Amino acid sequence: MKLLLKNVHLLNPEQNLDETNDLLIDEGIITKIGNVSKEEMNSSEVYDYSGKYCVPGLFDMHVHLREPGREDTETVQTGSNSAAEGGFTGVACMPNTTPTIDSAEVVNSIKKKAENHLVDVYPIGAVTKDRKGEFLAPIAELVDAGAVAFSDDGVAVKTASILRSALEYLKMYDLPIIEHCEDETLAGGAMNEGSVSTLLGLPSIPTIAEDLTVMRDISVAEYVDGKVHIAHISSKKAVQLVIEAKAKGIKITAEVTPHHFTLTDEALTSYDTNYKMNPPLRTEEDVNAMIEGLKDGTIDCIASDHAPHSIEEKEAEFIFAPNGILGLETQLGLSISELVHKNHLSFSQLIEKLSINPRKILNLPVPQIKVGEKANLTIIDSDEVWTVDIKKFKSKSKNSPFDKRLLTGKSVAVINNYQFYKEGKFQNLK
Amino acid sequence: MSLNIKHLLGLKDVPKNDIQLILDTATTFREVLERPIKKVPTLKGTTIVNLFYENSTRTRLSFELAEKRLSADTLNFTTSNSSTKKGETFKDTVRNIEAMKIDMIVVRHQSAGVPHYLTKISNASIINAGDGRHEHPTQALLDMYSIREKIGKLNNLNVCIVGDISHSRVALSNIFGLITMGAKVSVCAPPTMLPKNIEQFGVKIFHDINKAVAENDVVNVLRIQLERDAGNTIPSLREYHNYFGITGDVIERNNKDILILHPGPINRGVEISSEVADGPYQIILDQVTNGVAIRMAVLYLLGTMN
Repeated sequence: MKLLLKNVHLLNPEQNLDETNDLLIDEGIITKIGNVSKEEMNSSEVYDYSGKYCVPGLFDMHVHLREPGREDTETVQTGSNSAAEGGFTGVACMPNTTPTIDSAEVVNSIKKKAENHLVDVYPIGAVTKDRKGEFLAPIAELVDAGAVAFSDDGVAVKTASILRSALEYLKMYDLPIIEHCEDETLAGGAMNEGSVSTLLGLPSIPTIAEDLTVMRDISVAEYVDGKVHIAHISSKKAVQLVIEAKAKGIKITAEVTPHHFTLTDEALTSYDTNYKMNPPLRTEEDVNAMIEGLKDGTIDCIASDHAPHSIEEKEAEFIFAPNGILGLETQLGLSISELVHKNHLSFSQLIEKLSINPRKILNLPVPQIKVGEKANLTIIDSDEVWTVDIKKFKSKSKNSPFDKRLLTGKSVAVINNYQFYKEGKFQNLK
Repeated sequence: MSLNIKHLLGLKDVPKNDIQLILDTATTFREVLERPIKKVPTLKGTTIVNLFYENSTRTRLSFELAEKRLSADTLNFTTSNSSTKKGETFKDTVRNIEAMKIDMIVVRHQSAGVPHYLTKISNASIINAGDGRHEHPTQALLDMYSIREKIGKLNNLNVCIVGDISHSRVALSNIFGLITMGAKVSVCAPPTMLPKNIEQFGVKIFHDINKAVAENDVVNVLRIQLERDAGNTIPSLREYHNYFGITGDVIERNNKDILILHPGPINRGVEISSEVADGPYQIILDQVTNGVAIRMAVLYLLGTMN
C-alpha cells in the first residue's frame, strides 16, 4: 500500500534537511520525495500535511514498561501504544522489572513481546544483579541479547567500586551507564527539601543527594574514560557539574524530563500524589537551569521517565504513595508548549533532543528521510491546541498531573516498521 | 458567630477571627468542665469517628472526652499500621466508615496531607489531630489558650519554641497560630533540628537556651524523640540536656517571669528537668485540662455548622 504525504515540512537536522515537499511511502519504504506523478497520487492514500512537520521518529530513552512483573499497570503492548500515541517510534525501557532485566532471557522475552509493533523497544540491562549493587550483571550476555545501555534505575549504582568495574567492562561495547543520581544516605524523602517542604511538613530530599552522585559519577567516568548518562537531571548544581565535565572532555551526557522543566515543588501544596516523583519537583531556579541547560546543549535530550502506577497505589497517603508519573503521551506537547512556543528552543533543536541525540547516546542509527530508507517518521502539528485527558490515554495507567492541561503541539501520526498509526488506529503498510 | 473554616486542617490559613472565636468558645466550655455534671447536650445525634493511624494516648483521650462531654456518639478506629500494609487502601477504609453515616472525622496520621486528602474523599467535617511533621492545630490552640489564660494576651508576646522543630507538628501550628494572633515567635534548637528556611515564617532563631529564656515571655518545650534523635541530630541526650534543657538553673539565671509549656509526654531530665516540670513556672497540667475545652470548642463550632 502507498501513502502520499503532501506538502509536509521535512525536517531532519542530522541530514540538513529542511524543506516542504511531497513524500511517497510504498509498503513502508520511502520511494519518492517530490515529483510525485498523477498516477502515483491516484494509487495512494493521500494526506495533506500542509503546515505540519515530518521528522525522524521520536525516541524516548527512559520509560518503564512494567513488564515483566506489573502487567496490571503497563505492558510492552500498552506502553508501545502509548508511545505511538505520543509520537514516539522507539523507546528504551528500564530494567527495574520483576524479574529484573539482568539476564538474556528477560531481554529476549521483552523483545519478543515487542516484535510486531510499530514502536521499537530497546531493553536497558541492569548494571548489577537484581540492581542490588553487589555483583555485576552478565553484561556481555545482555549486550548480545540486545541491551542498548545499562542502569540500576530507581537507585544509583550502589558503590563507586562496582560503578568503576561496570564502566571499565562496558568500554568493550562503547555503551553508557544511565545513572539515577541519588545518594542513598540522603534519600527517602517525599519531596524536594526547601521552603515548601518545611511549609508542608513532608520529609524531604535535598538537592545534594543528586549533586553528590553526579560528582562521584563524573569523577569515576573521568578516571576510567567511561560513558555516563545522567538520567532525569533536576538540580541547578548538577547541570553546572555537567557543564564543567563536558568542558573537560569527560564522556557525560544528560537528559531532563518535561515535568522537571515545567513544574516546581509549589505544586505539592495540593498534596496530590501525582506530583510525587523522584527526583522530586524542585524550585523555579532549578527549572530555569533545566531550560538553560537545554538551550546551551548541556542537556542532550528529553526523556519522559514514563512511570505507570495503579490508581490504588497512587491514592495512598502521600508518604506511602510511589514515585513517578506517566510521560509518553504528554511529553511532545509539553516540550513544544514550554520550549518552542516560549522561544527557548527552535523546533529543529527540539527534534535533536527528542529524536536524534537519544539515539546517538545509545549508538542507534538515526532514521534518514531519503529515498530507499525504511520510513521511521513522526508527523507533528506544532500549533494544534489540545487538552490532556487521562481517560483517553493509551497507557494502562492514569497517573498524570497534567490532566486537563492545555497544550500546544501534538503528534498527528507515526510511521515505522511498515505500519502507520493515526487517530488511535494502526494500519499495515505492506 | 460562626467559623469561616469548614474543617480544621491546620492553622496556616485560619483567620484571626476564627482563632479568636475558638479561644473564646473554649472559655465557656472550660467553665463547664468545673461543674459537677460536666456534660452538655450540644452535639447530641452527631457521630464522630476518631481515626487514629498512629499511636496516641493523650490526644485521643482528650478528643474522646471532649466528644462525650458534648454528648456526641463516638467511634474509635485505631491502628498503628499504614493501610497499605493492611491490604485495604486508606480511601476504602474511609469510604467504609463514611457509609455508616458519620458527621465528623478526627484524624491522626503519620503522613502529612492526610487531613487534606480526607476533605476530597469524604463529606464529613475533618479535624486534624496531627499529620506527620506538618500540623497539630488543636495542640497549638490549647497552647495559645493556656498562655492567654495565664498572661491575659497573645499580642506582642515573645514566645519561643524549643526542641526538634524539624520533626514537630506542634511547632508549625504554634508558629502559624501565634503569628496570626500577633505574637513574636522564635525557635531555639541546634541547626540539625531546624527545617530548611524556617525563617521564611518570620521566626527568630536561637541556638543559646540562656538567651532564648532571657528574651522571651513564654517557652514551649518540645519532647525529644529518644530513639530517633540521639546520635543522629544530637550527639547524646546528655549533651542536649546540658545545652538545651530547661532547668531551674537556666530559668533562675535568665528570667524568673518565664512561663513554661510542654505538650507532653515529657522526658524528665532530657528537655526539661523534674524541678521545672513540677515547679512554679510551668502550666503543663493546665494545658491538658484546657485541651479538652479547646477540642470541645472546635467540635462544637464545626459540628453545628450546616
